[in-house]
Amino acid sequence: MAAFTLKVNGVDHNVSAEADTPLLYVLRNDVGLNGPKFGCGLAQCGACTVLVGGRPTRSCVRKISEIKGDITTIEGVGTVDNLHPLQKAFIEEQACQCGYCGNGMLMSAKALLERNPRPTNDEIRQALNGHLCRCASHNRIVRAVQRAAKEMQS
Amino acid sequence: MSLSRREFLKTGSGLVIAFSLSPSDLFSQTTAAPRLPGSLNNNRMLDSWLRIGPDGSVTIFSGKIELGQGIGTALTQIAADELDVELKRISLVQGDTALTPNEGQTAGSQSMQDSGTAVRFACAEAREILLSAAAAKLGVPVSDLKVDDGTVFDSSDKKISYWDLAGEADFRKEATAQAKPKSPSEHKWIGKSIPRRDIPKKFTGGAAYVQDVRLPGMVFGRVVRPPSPDATLKSVDTAAVRRMPGVVAVVQDGSFLAVAAEREEQAIKAREALKKSAKWNETASLPPTGALLYDYMVGLGTPGQTMHDKTSDATLAAAKTLQARYTRPFQAHGSIGPSCAVAQWEEDAAGRKLHVWTHSQGVYPLRGDLAQVFGIEPSAIRCTHAEGSGCYGHNGADDVALDAALLARATAGRPVKLQWMRDDEFMWEPYGSAMVMKLGGALDAQGNLASWSHELWSHPHSRRPGQSKGAHTLAARFLEKPVGFEPVNDVPLPAGGSDRNSIPGYDIPNVKVVKHFIRDTPIRTSALRTLGAYANVFAAESFMDEMAAAAGVDPVEFRLRHQKDPRARAVIETAAQRASWKPGSRGDGKSGWGFAYARYKNLACYVAVAAEVAIDRKTGQVRVLRAVSAVDVGQVVNPDGVANQIEGGLIQSTSWTLKEAVSFDRTRVKTTNWSEYDILRFEEVPQVDVVILNQPGQPFLGVGEGSQGPTAAAIGNAIANATGKRLRDLPFTPDRVKKILV
Repeated sequence: MAAFTLKVNGVDHNVSAEADTPLLYVLRNDVGLNGPKFGCGLAQCGACTVLVGGRPTRSCVRKISEIKGDITTIEGVGTVDNLHPLQKAFIEEQACQCGYCGNGMLMSAKALLERNPRPTNDEIRQALNGHLCRCASHNRIVRAVQRAAKEMQS
Repeated sequence: MSLSRREFLKTGSGLVIAFSLSPSDLFSQTTAAPRLPGSLNNNRMLDSWLRIGPDGSVTIFSGKIELGQGIGTALTQIAADELDVELKRISLVQGDTALTPNEGQTAGSQSMQDSGTAVRFACAEAREILLSAAAAKLGVPVSDLKVDDGTVFDSSDKKISYWDLAGEADFRKEATAQAKPKSPSEHKWIGKSIPRRDIPKKFTGGAAYVQDVRLPGMVFGRVVRPPSPDATLKSVDTAAVRRMPGVVAVVQDGSFLAVAAEREEQAIKAREALKKSAKWNETASLPPTGALLYDYMVGLGTPGQTMHDKTSDATLAAAKTLQARYTRPFQAHGSIGPSCAVAQWEEDAAGRKLHVWTHSQGVYPLRGDLAQVFGIEPSAIRCTHAEGSGCYGHNGADDVALDAALLARATAGRPVKLQWMRDDEFMWEPYGSAMVMKLGGALDAQGNLASWSHELWSHPHSRRPGQSKGAHTLAARFLEKPVGFEPVNDVPLPAGGSDRNSIPGYDIPNVKVVKHFIRDTPIRTSALRTLGAYANVFAAESFMDEMAAAAGVDPVEFRLRHQKDPRARAVIETAAQRASWKPGSRGDGKSGWGFAYARYKNLACYVAVAAEVAIDRKTGQVRVLRAVSAVDVGQVVNPDGVANQIEGGLIQSTSWTLKEAVSFDRTRVKTTNWSEYDILRFEEVPQVDVVILNQPGQPFLGVGEGSQGPTAAAIGNAIANATGKRLRDLPFTPDRVKKILV
């Protein structure tokens, strides 16, 4: 075991774990977050996505020893009482059924809007194409991202 | 999280003390007692459905669980209307063997019919009881009373509230269902797209899933499954794994193997080590793959049972006859999050007790399975539902609950959270059964259907806990003292299982339906959304187009010619209109439109789908560009919820239809991760337009499984419309498309 300091949602966390521990388990079990989800452990589905240094990162395969940069999870994006426009838009569009993929969708959408504040429908689909949704809420998710982009513009 | 019903009810001194009778006591009475609507019939006590607290709270108890389909929100809308209270007053308790009624499985698109109807009548009756009590207190007749958010007013504005009456009104009695529910004109909440109450926490990192259940002292578990369905464990070095960092327990019981560790990543590493060390005896027990699978299924010679045989006196002077065979492979639920459960054993003077947190669709049936495996009374087990990742039928939810409970026996009272890995999920979830459908039909001289035959071959579509005697949870049969189960019967008609929707929903003078129900299969199958209806509707509605083409009649017109039910006609006509259906139009080789219709189970929601496809003739890729669906689900409670279900079902079915088949060789399942089981992605998802034909005052018909069958057929029909060539084997992969275009 080795000691690591991770900055998660603006707060430093000291963690003792093996260097090859995937970030996901540290976030869920040491930091105690619910947002990032275990989906495949293979970087195939996107449910575990968090931002590291602002970039969407599949936390299920990224070792903690490799983390360089601040980590943002969906908990750091906004809260129920103080929703980020993306969270507000996902709720307003009722953009899920089970919602298990929603964490990854929202985090990748956040990174997209930061580099491209006015994405087209096709650009949103392209940005999220590596995220799997099985309940098939895709169109609602795209609408939510468009709605958030609009709100963030105004 | 470990509140018992008794403790729960102690938190307010409400008028409900406890369950007056356990549901199982009531089953014996139901034969003699009058039939009550929905799940009231099996859970007849009013107090098992609702509680009014003196603190101004209203609690609804339902045995149907939230799967992200929005049932929780819809139930509160119904309760709010029947009780005349604001939505925000209502809290909901769902799926807990210590707290809620036993409503079996949350399945079959029946939650609105079962639980929605029960809540409706129970709340209407509760309101009547409360109003009688209010009338007595205020000294006026009930007819003089009005209710506003639980406060009862008489004509002189004297008032008393439900909360004041909580001590007087007694719900510890059997429901009569004599109180008349509200008429549609009185609805304030029903019929509105109320935002779902489960969603905000899902987009803010709230504790929303069983994966988020955390208990003091909890350890993490993983299971080590055999490499093939019929493998048995030969040897394994558990001692070496026990010495690995963080390992708390290794359980080996027969061929069941699992490990618990302090940290999750330690459990995963220990699982890998066990996998490496374990030696298995494997047998080549699986059926042939590819096209040979279907010949094999038919060739087994399972006797056919005639499920429907209608002959008319009209002489059958067939002008034209057609026959066609359709197939559907084994397909996976493929939930994004692998199955998960938390289990904890406790020991007190009364003996061992087990508490399981589970995303099972049926907490009571699961409890029955666990009781059999552990040889303890069901009353010593509590199953509490917590949401899981998408549920599209019987996935690994029940199985992982048993895995966690088996492992938790070795952790000295510490709770175990066990989540399957991705390969566990793909290789061991029960699949939707492969099926073969042979259709036959004859046209009379006028080009109308004179006869129709539908013959099908299928494995079981329901092998859930409680389906037959014994334990259906996966690990039970791998234990040193295995617990098996008796062969299951098919789900009986009229809903049907393998034969669901095999009887055509059209007016045809001569109809014969035969099923070959192949009970035994080394590939485990159970309920996947729609059971047999997806494949049967795919076949029948494809064949309907083939018959229409033989008759030289437009497919929509052909369907209407054989359809008298006005509600069926309305969805067909509406979908055609919304899709700007052009009768008789043919595709240009690269794009086309297709149409299909079915009434789910022949007794539930009516759904018509029109779909537009584009075909890349070089690559064989089919894309569904756009789909329109018209639906009649009876009285609509939450329109956005209905649209979400229809749209989700339609897109999921597009994925099944274009892409999905579980692969295997004669020994092993070869599908282990998403690169081997591609599903529809954002760039491939069609635009979907849902039109809802509301039927205020009509019974709820359910919605979750209405669009899948028609979607598959509409896509096949669109490809035929575009190219003049028909695909009869699912899925419509590029290779198959290229083959017909040659």
